[in-house]
Amino acid sequence: MIAESLPRHRPPHAKLLAVDAEGGIRHEARAQWLSLLARGDVVVANDAMTLPGSLAGVHVPSGREIEVRLAQRRSLDADAVHEFLAIVFGAGDHRVRTEDRGAPPPLVPGDRLDLGPLRAIVTALPVAPRLASIRFEGSAAQIWAGLATHGRPIQYAYVTDDLALWDVWTSVAAVPAAFEAPSAGFVLDWQALARMRERGVAFATLTHAAGISSTGDDALDALLPFDEPYVIPEATVRAVAHARAAGGRVVAVGTTVVRALEAAASRTGELQAGPGMATGRIDAATRLRVVDAILSGTHEPGTSHHALLRAFTDTRTLREADRQLDEHGYRTHEFGDSVFIERRTRR
Amino acid sequence: MASTRRDLEGLRIAITGGTSGLGLALVREWHRRGAQVAFVARTRENVEALAGELPGTAGIVGDIARKTDIHPIALQVAGRLGGLDVLVNNASSLGAVPLALLADTDCEDVEAALAANVLGPFRLTKALLGALRVSAAEGRGAVVLNVSSDAAVNAYAQWGAYGASKAALRHLSAIWDAELEGEGIRVVSMDPGDMDTPLHRIAVPDADPATLKRPEEAAREITRAIAGELRQLAALRAARAEREAA
Repeated sequence: MIAESLPRHRPPHAKLLAVDAEGGIRHEARAQWLSLLARGDVVVANDAMTLPGSLAGVHVPSGREIEVRLAQRRSLDADAVHEFLAIVFGAGDHRVRTEDRGAPPPLVPGDRLDLGPLRAIVTALPVAPRLASIRFEGSAAQIWAGLATHGRPIQYAYVTDDLALWDVWTSVAAVPAAFEAPSAGFVLDWQALARMRERGVAFATLTHAAGISSTGDDALDALLPFDEPYVIPEATVRAVAHARAAGGRVVAVGTTVVRALEAAASRTGELQAGPGMATGRIDAATRLRVVDAILSGTHEPGTSHHALLRAFTDTRTLREADRQLDEHGYRTHEFGDSVFIERRTRR
Repeated sequence: MASTRRDLEGLRIAITGGTSGLGLALVREWHRRGAQVAFVARTRENVEALAGELPGTAGIVGDIARKTDIHPIALQVAGRLGGLDVLVNNASSLGAVPLALLADTDCEDVEAALAANVLGPFRLTKALLGALRVSAAEGRGAVVLNVSSDAAVNAYAQWGAYGASKAALRHLSAIWDAELEGEGIRVVSMDPGDMDTPLHRIAVPDADPATLKRPEEAAREITRAIAGELRQLAALRAARAEREAA
């Protein structure tokens, strides 16, 4: 598939490939996605604002330029902004393909990183040379201000223009938590929320810290997704229960929503409200407990996002869908086209 | 009568133009009454001084008239408060200073008034609307209050740039309120009256302060209006829940 290079949320000619519960495939204009929903369904989206997680700066011991990409934090609490897991690159920026980026200078715990107004210390080197645990100095207020004013959205070479925060926030973005945009949600606008209400389709959100999709290092990519914190509001748990009681489907907007909902139901089998951590991968071996259908971007085979789709439908159907995505010229990545996949075996 | 209770405990509220005049009075009032307050202003020294004086408040440096400041402001508001229940767009620009007849007003001054009084509130509200939606969905209520003026309604000579921009803000509030009714988000505008504030002193230097309202009094009125809106939203929710149960 071709990467979509223009950062538009709802391009008029966006396409949608829909796979029904019997494995049937059809093609729609994505603008018509609401027609896939039925009265009684609940649509759940990720309301994370995307953080400006790309921080240009200097590795103080070597004096060399670096780019730090924030990749994980352990909690979504407002004050929990000191400790991050980060990917560190050498000089350069997103215009160079991630896999071609130069290595950072050798990092050692205790190294200081000056990132614009932010100062950080390398606290540990967890597995790979590009991966570092870092700790920001200063108060939570100073760190929020530093991120807000110095950070840029993490982006990749296929989008040539510099992304602004408004390019990476969905219409329903509410709390800063994501490292890359929960981009399946770009399809949402306030008109869609109004239409859902008119049609008796419920809408609810959760907050999930959508992580980075690519590190430029195969060994590191194999570790993705990192554990990601999420918070599920009581109101969302109620909306899901209400939909199920009425025989409606739970439609997840994006892989991050699937990860959060399934993680939150993994302990007792029932969806639990509150904070939690989505760990591990969702794939063919996963039995979905909550989600009945997913609206997602298109994903390349071999990625963790693509593997997650296997929890919804069988390999043969997915392979056929992939073939048709190519054949019909679907675009991929965060500003690309979409798929809607219903879970193969119904409850 | 000033309320002495911490009756706004848990309310997450953000205001622009929070370090002077009415905005400052509102920040002090809400902080005293236990709300979680984020305030925005342009001058770092003023922001830091007030945040230092009122522990627990989130002081944010930014200029709502600048497009590129909006998302960094919204990020810090939502990040530091963990969400948002009430947004008060209070920061205002007079446009031409000293006040001037429209025919004597530079286009740039009209643009400045529109940027601060219309586009700024529009952009910031839009950027924080997702947070307000969540607050409404969680049953906390969600209110946007845009500080207006009688100049939005009456045609006062020499108040052209300011009056036209405030009229636009007032109408924007009314349309947005109608559009967001289904989401349970209220958008209202309110005229606090002529107050003894730095902005008023710039506009009408020879006004007798004794004839002007104290900003503290207007702050209490505005807070009462916000509390009233939140109560009304709660009543609507309760009525809807009852209907659904029946």
